[in-house]
Amino acid sequence: MEKVYLAVVLAPLIASIIAGLFGRQIGRSGAHWVTIIGVAIALAASLYAFYMHVFGGLSTFDGTVYTWIASDLFEFNIGFLVDNLTVMMMVVVTAVSLMVHIYTIGYMHDDPGYQRFFSYISLFTFSMLMLVMSNNLLQLFFGWEAVGLVSYLLIGFWYKRESAIFANLKAFLVNRVGDFGFLLGIAAILAYTDSLHYATVFERLPELADITVEYWPGVEWSLISVIAILLFIGAMGKSAQVPLHVWLPDSMEGPTPISALIHAATMVTAGIFMVARFSPLFELSDAALSFILVIGAVTAIFMGLLGIVQHDIKRVIAYSTLSQLGFMTAALGVSAYSPALFHLMTHAFFKALLFLAAGSVIIALHHEQDMRKMGGLAKKLPITFATFFIGALALIGFPGTSGFYSKESVIYAVAASELPGAEFAYWALFIGVFVTAFYTFRMLFLVFFGESRMDAHTASHAKESPKVVTVPLVLLAVPSLIIGFLVVEPMLFGAYFDDSIRVLATHGAMATLEDQFKGAWGMFLYGWTTPVVWMALAGVAGAAIMYLGMPNVLPPLFARVFAWPKRILEEGYGFDSFNNTVIAGGSRLLGRGLWQGADLRAIDGWLVNGTAAFVGYMARTWRLIQTGYLYHYAFVMILGLIGLMTWIVFIGA
Amino acid sequence: MISLSEFLIFGGLLFSISVAGIFLNRKNVLVLLMAIELMLLAVNVNFVAFSHFSGDIDGQAFVFFVLTVAAAEAAIGLAILVTLFRNRRTINVEDLTEMKG
Amino acid sequence: MTLASLNLQPVLPEIVLAAMACLILLVDPFLPKRGPTVSFVLSILTLIALFVITLVQMDDSVRMSFGDMVVNDPMADLMKLVVYVLVAAVFVISRTYLRQRGIDKGEYYMLGLFGVLGMMITISSNHLLLLYLGLELMSLALYAMTAFKRDDGRASEAAMKYFVLGALASGILLYGMSLLYGVTGNLMLTAIAETVAAGEDSMALKAAVVLIVVGAVFKMGIAPFHMWLPDVYEGAPTAVTLYLAAAPKVAALALVMRLLVDGMGPLFYDWQPMLIVVAMLSMAIGNVVAIAQTSFKRMLTYSTIGHVGFILLGVLAGTNEGYAAALFYTIAYAVMTIGGFGIILLLARQGFEAESMDDLKGLNDRSPVMAFVFLLLMFSMAGIPFTFGFWAKLAVLQSIVGVGLWWLATFAVVTAVIGAFYYLRAVKMVYFDKPEDTSPIQADVNVRGVLILSGASMLIFGLYPTGLTALTAGAFGL
Repeated sequence: MEKVYLAVVLAPLIASIIAGLFGRQIGRSGAHWVTIIGVAIALAASLYAFYMHVFGGLSTFDGTVYTWIASDLFEFNIGFLVDNLTVMMMVVVTAVSLMVHIYTIGYMHDDPGYQRFFSYISLFTFSMLMLVMSNNLLQLFFGWEAVGLVSYLLIGFWYKRESAIFANLKAFLVNRVGDFGFLLGIAAILAYTDSLHYATVFERLPELADITVEYWPGVEWSLISVIAILLFIGAMGKSAQVPLHVWLPDSMEGPTPISALIHAATMVTAGIFMVARFSPLFELSDAALSFILVIGAVTAIFMGLLGIVQHDIKRVIAYSTLSQLGFMTAALGVSAYSPALFHLMTHAFFKALLFLAAGSVIIALHHEQDMRKMGGLAKKLPITFATFFIGALALIGFPGTSGFYSKESVIYAVAASELPGAEFAYWALFIGVFVTAFYTFRMLFLVFFGESRMDAHTASHAKESPKVVTVPLVLLAVPSLIIGFLVVEPMLFGAYFDDSIRVLATHGAMATLEDQFKGAWGMFLYGWTTPVVWMALAGVAGAAIMYLGMPNVLPPLFARVFAWPKRILEEGYGFDSFNNTVIAGGSRLLGRGLWQGADLRAIDGWLVNGTAAFVGYMARTWRLIQTGYLYHYAFVMILGLIGLMTWIVFIGA
Repeated sequence: MISLSEFLIFGGLLFSISVAGIFLNRKNVLVLLMAIELMLLAVNVNFVAFSHFSGDIDGQAFVFFVLTVAAAEAAIGLAILVTLFRNRRTINVEDLTEMKG
Repeated sequence: MTLASLNLQPVLPEIVLAAMACLILLVDPFLPKRGPTVSFVLSILTLIALFVITLVQMDDSVRMSFGDMVVNDPMADLMKLVVYVLVAAVFVISRTYLRQRGIDKGEYYMLGLFGVLGMMITISSNHLLLLYLGLELMSLALYAMTAFKRDDGRASEAAMKYFVLGALASGILLYGMSLLYGVTGNLMLTAIAETVAAGEDSMALKAAVVLIVVGAVFKMGIAPFHMWLPDVYEGAPTAVTLYLAAAPKVAALALVMRLLVDGMGPLFYDWQPMLIVVAMLSMAIGNVVAIAQTSFKRMLTYSTIGHVGFILLGVLAGTNEGYAAALFYTIAYAVMTIGGFGIILLLARQGFEAESMDDLKGLNDRSPVMAFVFLLLMFSMAGIPFTFGFWAKLAVLQSIVGVGLWWLATFAVVTAVIGAFYYLRAVKMVYFDKPEDTSPIQADVNVRGVLILSGASMLIFGLYPTGLTALTAGAFGL
């Protein structure tokens, strides 16, 4: 089997290298053929591995492929841990990636960076596979950084656009904050368990349970909680949880296939995957779980609300992604790892579908993304409309669709939990369902129904996209529709994740759910009677009344009545302006006169602004101490001596 | 009979004077060299006093070496002073500020 | 002890070195005036010979000699080997630079060798007097070398500052030694440790600890006793700066280790808090002030201050792992710093010093190989994973986390992140800015060779740190 695993990872890597280095020689069609074949091999091998593990009775593989550095202090290996969780991720990643590869042929047709683009997305596929298949933290971190790197490269793909460069920088900076926590968490694990290998770390966890660290004199924290929260901060950066979410909406500057692959289906779910992978660790800390739960719930509701006021079709879907990631995170918080992963999988399919369908609309309208300039496209783009509609149904959790099964499970798991914060989370998600349905159908109605608001030229050219675009849409629509029904039973309540995930008996949300479960068909029937579904339908109805019923009356009326809330939403709760004005501005004020403000204003994001201004200010002032006068130097030395003398001799350490 | 502590106070005073001489003096580099010399002598007082009162001869041997090193140090110091004067035409401490920051 | 029973074998390297240095001193004036090739070759041969002798004598035991005044333990042997290699590399890389400036004289090598002798004595001493003499021998050689370019006002100024402050630090150290002698009645470091462990804590003892810590960390260039360092490194001719920045740091670490660990180990809880404070100050000042520098040479000096702060972290951990990490870091630092200042030598020409940051611009266009070497060096200094410097930082941080100093490790990481900024800025200049001076690089094979070696070691030890880790761990019996 080892060869199969290697094939999964290496095929996209080799394809990427060929397309990247020899792009000019093999030409445009050569580039897309070689990468598509690479990813297709990876998908086939993944499916084979999936079959062997799930049906063939193959046990978990945990082995080293290559030893890089071995010493007394460290041992760094490249190795694979392949179990049911991994094979699911492998299939999802390669399947979505293949669809996106095919789709890209149509979407990037006229782009001069065609070969470069294919090389990047294959490289991304490789990195993501390394991430999910890793059996140790170092390789995980490598994959983590590599997917991040490709993500920045692709956000800034159109590097001539200034906004793309800003978005790129922002993503980079915000992710550094998360990575900082993640790295500290890894370091802590290494320090206390002397290992980075998952299995060894999990084995030694019980020894760590009672250790407390005195991070600051007098304040004692449980070591496990500290590690768990540090790791989760990494997940917050990558999976764009509040308050580290600011980069994701801006990342829509990248080409649409990227938004589908990286910023919806795979990379942003790496955080969710990581927490699930580390379930044995997170289970030991109720504090960390509560923290995760609340962050997830807050993200789910508040980011969803932002989707309502967006005009850019891609930004609506981006905020929807944030909100759905919040659902997954909340599920993790109540130890419902399997629903979280289930939702991750279904979301990967229907969100990729929505993005690609939106991309299809964008191509048809010659790169117009503003929904105010769309409308009435259902007839002109029938396949796009049909698939988009299926994606929308799955997103809102319409009974029977894949999203229904996963989202329903998430919400009921949260409802069944007794963790602090679970009640708040339940209501947040419950309202979130309404919000999701509302913005989804608002988007659907604005784009495909009503009067056409396009100019005549665009309208006359708007026609259905070519086959390379629509075929992936159809192929993604199928799992979006049915996969939930097929796998809900084995995945959530069967033994599918038994080897990968550990849940403590005290965290009984899933057990409660299992008692109530009456099969996929039963769940479908029961679904019609639950308030959650009715919330979703109410959302659809609300959107229908506003945007189909009286599109010229109600939306402006609401906008006027709720002017203030609307403004808050449009400002994204002021995260960006807070970052820009308070944190960055405050430090600018501090350094004004000593430090040229103009240079800084050009750079976005408080991390660069604030810290750089502060450090620069310190650098300039501290520099002044170095006067050049010999007697000042001597004086500083003597001051240091006297200070230490007073402290140690007369006060005592 | 003079006690140990009186020697130590004397040594400490000498040391403090020399340290003060280094950072208070803003004029002549030569004074710095003298202050350094004085500092080593203060240490010698300490060593001799400790040696005498503990009856251990090692401390006195130490003093000879310190004196030798002091001589070598003075030689190097004066040599640097000479090159400095030749280049700058000044031995004013305040003028040694070409490098700073 | 009669002369017949005196075993000179343990100090054979020192004796050989002293003899050779004196020989060069005598021979040099009578050589033809074509430049001191003979002295240079003799110096290199001497260092090679020393390397061989030390390597042959090396074993895992602790060997005391001269009535326990001299100690040869694995740490001393390893440190000496490192010093030989570093000094030889500096001699090789410096020749062209010295010749172009008309200061390629035998005195440079002779003083350099005497400096090595001082370092070796410092490294091997178990006695306060020997320690002091070794230290002074090294320092006097360094003062003289700083002022070596006699017609340069900046060099003279730097030497004067170095001399006065160095003498002040020596005085403080000596005063601390005298108090330590008074309290313990002993000059032998191991005996002092025993007396201190048995006796009680007195105020005089604490004062002695403070004075000795201050004197010792001054030589490393730890803040707030670092004020001499930027001016001296900047003012000295670059060839001398290379010498000053590399090998003496190994000796300074030995000084700290001998005095604090061997001599005052039982007073760990008195000196550890002091070291924490000064190490934090160093890391903060070094890494922050470096950002504001426009001179590349001066930026590197501040980076040195930051690095020695990191080295001190290993020492203050107080464990053998920590000491090994400190030694590992010191070696990494010394190799990096030779590369870093070596870049200045590379860019310098007759009558032109390439000390400004602007001189780095567009190095990639002028020499891609050297630009890549530069990139490796800067990445390593910044501690970017899988370079030499990364393992050094990791080992040090691991050692302080191992003793529970979490917050200190966090602080260190923050300063390292700040530091990464200016290293990466330099890399950016090399790769993305247009060169102001497009003339081809004239440096000869000596400079290029040492630089490539230095850059390659960043990669080799980065990918395969195991061998060196084992060596440094072995130096402390791990």
